[in-house]
Amino acid sequence: MTDAAAPKSLLVQDTRTRRRNTAEARFQAYGIVAISISLGMLAIMLWTIFSDGVSAFRQTTFSFPVTLEAERLDPNGNRNRDEMAKVTTIGYTNLLNASLKAHLEVRGISFEGVDDKGIAAFISRDTPARVRDMVLANPAMIGQTVTVSGFTTGRIDGYFKGRVTRETAAVDTNISAAQLDLADRLAEAGIMRTGFNWQFFTNPDASDQRPEAAGLGVAIIGSAYMMILVAIFVLPIGVAASIYLEEFAPKNRWTDLIEVNISNLAAVPSIVFGILGLAVFINFAAFPQSSPLVGALVLTLMTLPTIIIATRAAIRAVPPSIRDAALGVGASKMQMVFHHVLPLAAPGILTGTILGLASALGETAPLLLIGMVAFVANYPAGPFEGGFLDPASALPVQVYSWASRADPAFIERSSGAIIVLLAFLLVMNILAIVLRRRFERRW
Amino acid sequence: MDMSVFILILALLAIGVSGYVFCRFRAVASAGGNQRALHSLPSYHGWHGFIMGFLPGIGVLTLWLIAQPFVIEGNMGRFFDPALFESDTERTLLMADVRRVAAGLDVAVTKGALTDEQAARIRTEFGSVRDRLAAVGVALGAEVTPQVLQAAQSYRQQIATGAIWRTILTLGVAGVALIAAIRLTSADFRARNRVEAVILGLLILASTIAILTTVGIVLSMLSETIRFSSMYPIGDFFFGLTWQPNFQGDSDLGLLPLLWGTLYISFVSMVVAVPLGLFTAIYLAEYAGPKVRAVVKPLIEVIAGIPTVVFGLFALITVGPILRDWIAMPTGLGSSGSSVMTAGIVIGILNIPFISSLADDIINAVPQSLRDGSYGLGATRSETIREVVLPAALPGIVGAVLLAASRAIGETMIVTMGAGAAAKLDLNPFEAMTTITVKIVSQLTGDTEFNSPETLVAFALGMTLFVITLGLNIFALYIVRKYREQYE
Repeated sequence: MTDAAAPKSLLVQDTRTRRRNTAEARFQAYGIVAISISLGMLAIMLWTIFSDGVSAFRQTTFSFPVTLEAERLDPNGNRNRDEMAKVTTIGYTNLLNASLKAHLEVRGISFEGVDDKGIAAFISRDTPARVRDMVLANPAMIGQTVTVSGFTTGRIDGYFKGRVTRETAAVDTNISAAQLDLADRLAEAGIMRTGFNWQFFTNPDASDQRPEAAGLGVAIIGSAYMMILVAIFVLPIGVAASIYLEEFAPKNRWTDLIEVNISNLAAVPSIVFGILGLAVFINFAAFPQSSPLVGALVLTLMTLPTIIIATRAAIRAVPPSIRDAALGVGASKMQMVFHHVLPLAAPGILTGTILGLASALGETAPLLLIGMVAFVANYPAGPFEGGFLDPASALPVQVYSWASRADPAFIERSSGAIIVLLAFLLVMNILAIVLRRRFERRW
Repeated sequence: MDMSVFILILALLAIGVSGYVFCRFRAVASAGGNQRALHSLPSYHGWHGFIMGFLPGIGVLTLWLIAQPFVIEGNMGRFFDPALFESDTERTLLMADVRRVAAGLDVAVTKGALTDEQAARIRTEFGSVRDRLAAVGVALGAEVTPQVLQAAQSYRQQIATGAIWRTILTLGVAGVALIAAIRLTSADFRARNRVEAVILGLLILASTIAILTTVGIVLSMLSETIRFSSMYPIGDFFFGLTWQPNFQGDSDLGLLPLLWGTLYISFVSMVVAVPLGLFTAIYLAEYAGPKVRAVVKPLIEVIAGIPTVVFGLFALITVGPILRDWIAMPTGLGSSGSSVMTAGIVIGILNIPFISSLADDIINAVPQSLRDGSYGLGATRSETIREVVLPAALPGIVGAVLLAASRAIGETMIVTMGAGAAAKLDLNPFEAMTTITVKIVSQLTGDTEFNSPETLVAFALGMTLFVITLGLNIFALYIVRKYREQYE
């Protein structure tokens, strides 16, 4: 007969089923946890970068009247530019500091507890040089009273953005609580205000002591130059190589070798391409270091495999019937490819190229080796005046070089640069998606 | 590239365009205006003319530009002590001097401080050349020796003669080819076939660039590695236990501490990335509905689109300090924000989308019939996944994991910003350690001279890295191909 086990209800799960069902739920939970951790990390990363970086787009500036005293700036009194040039920026610094102090006295703003040096610490070292250039360009200004505006130093700027607080000032020898009080009074009096910082986009890099003046101008130009050159190099070469491999290449060892090579090159670490660029383009071909041309050549070789893979997929997606029809009405194979296949594959090729360019835009390591991490304070020339050979920086390299500086104000700049970089990447990716949506064809 | 070359290229373009016009015109005329009598369309005749007018000329020009520096450098030998000239480094330095002085003389001539005649005759006996060049704003490091000056003058002379012959030869070849093209053109001439052959040649040339890149990588690193091995015992490099470069010489350049750091960090990153990536892929492929999948999959792939330098900054300012303040300092394991853990975790995050999207494709490729069979036997979903789907997908997943490991080993920015610079053989994951890629960057950035072992070691490191990652990639492909299940 039936064995002795108690009759079981189908409505009550036995232990084994329960165990198996818990295991099932646990397994599914692992998946949800894994996805949450991954997306959580992404969110934390973007959030820290944005919260650190948005303040880079705002900057505290001051403006107050300065009398350009002749006895300080032109001691000989004959408005001769060469003689005036003997007054260095230190002379102008002293003038600005004295003027600020005098202006405080006139406005009746107390600067109790802040010595002369403490007042001087408000004005960025960038400003005296600018005033000096202005005066030397136009000596007639001497004797007049002009309104000088400029950046405040990084610590004061940080105070208005919340990076520097009274607690951090207590342990920071570069700033005192009295200075912060004075900063509050200056802001109240309208001498200092915080506004949008256009110069973050246009200024060149600045030295370690002047984080407030550092901007992305040279880096944006350098990256733009490189992207233009990479597009010019990579598109024809990538398309030509893909057409050959997809439409003409016979199946033999040589084409097999090319295929294996392309897939392997796509997996070679990017820094190896930097070594290649250093050895071949700089040491052997003697192209100038830090130039967008060399950067573009390296990035071209690096993105070429990705672009070839994308382009081949686009060409393969054109149905064979189109080819057969073209050949059937008497087109040569070359005519079939260039008149029919290529135009139909163009949207896919373009999408792949834009995505390839986007990944090239964010690449950093190979550019470090070809010298793009060097400090570049001058804008490269225009593209038709040899600007492709001038030293320049690049957006991701600027992120790295600011991140490695000592002053914490550069971390804010670095995160700000990332926001700009991500904005460019976002635009390129949206462009690629729009192109794909708009022109995608299903056969 | 100087101006004359640019003008020469423009001239060649002009010859090509005129070739297009002439050949097209002649072809149409030879058929009596009846285009149907032509073998090829008129535009093909035109393109044939363009190719003949442009291509041979540009070929000659390119060859000349490549060959000229070598010929001139060879001719410089007679100005210098042969023994000195034999040595590689000495010759490079001498040639750099010669080029600098020649460029200085050029500047002096363009500024009008010297006439062309004077520049060719100036001698060191008549006073300091350095001072005269300094007067026109050309700074030279050391005083110019008579040999270098004579060599520089001869160098300018040869460049000038070279430019003349270059122009004559290039334009001559282009002209001859153009005339040949015009004479060939007739109604029966198979212009299309010839044009298409040239285009095919260009296509083949483009596809060999991939090969040339690999050859370039291998040759450039191999030659510098050989130079390195002539200055530093290669056995000490591969088996040395200390890494202490010293730019005054007498360095210890042992690979093992760097290799250890690289492997340790990659291991940590795989511990993070493999479970997270795999479970993400399993959930997306097996559990998630189409709506969840359509949202989550692109979001995960956003991680892959973010530049690595962003992850580097994340490691530097967020992950590093958190690990230090919350784990390393309280447990007394370390006091540094840069550590194996910092870099490993962040590289792990970077690799999650890489593993998950590869594994997702592989899991989706497992046929539904296998799952249905398993469900039919009464297995739950997770049992099906563990006992049926994953074993079927295993070779592909192993391949994906190996590719991810190769990426972790070659990753540069995150370790540069998050792992530290101290080369150590240590087990503590909260200590700063360093990797091969970090040292490649640090040895090759800044002002470097390419004849010291401290710099050249970077090429040997690069070679090591290239071999390791290439080996991993090939091994991954081999595993995938060998153990792939065919379900057709």
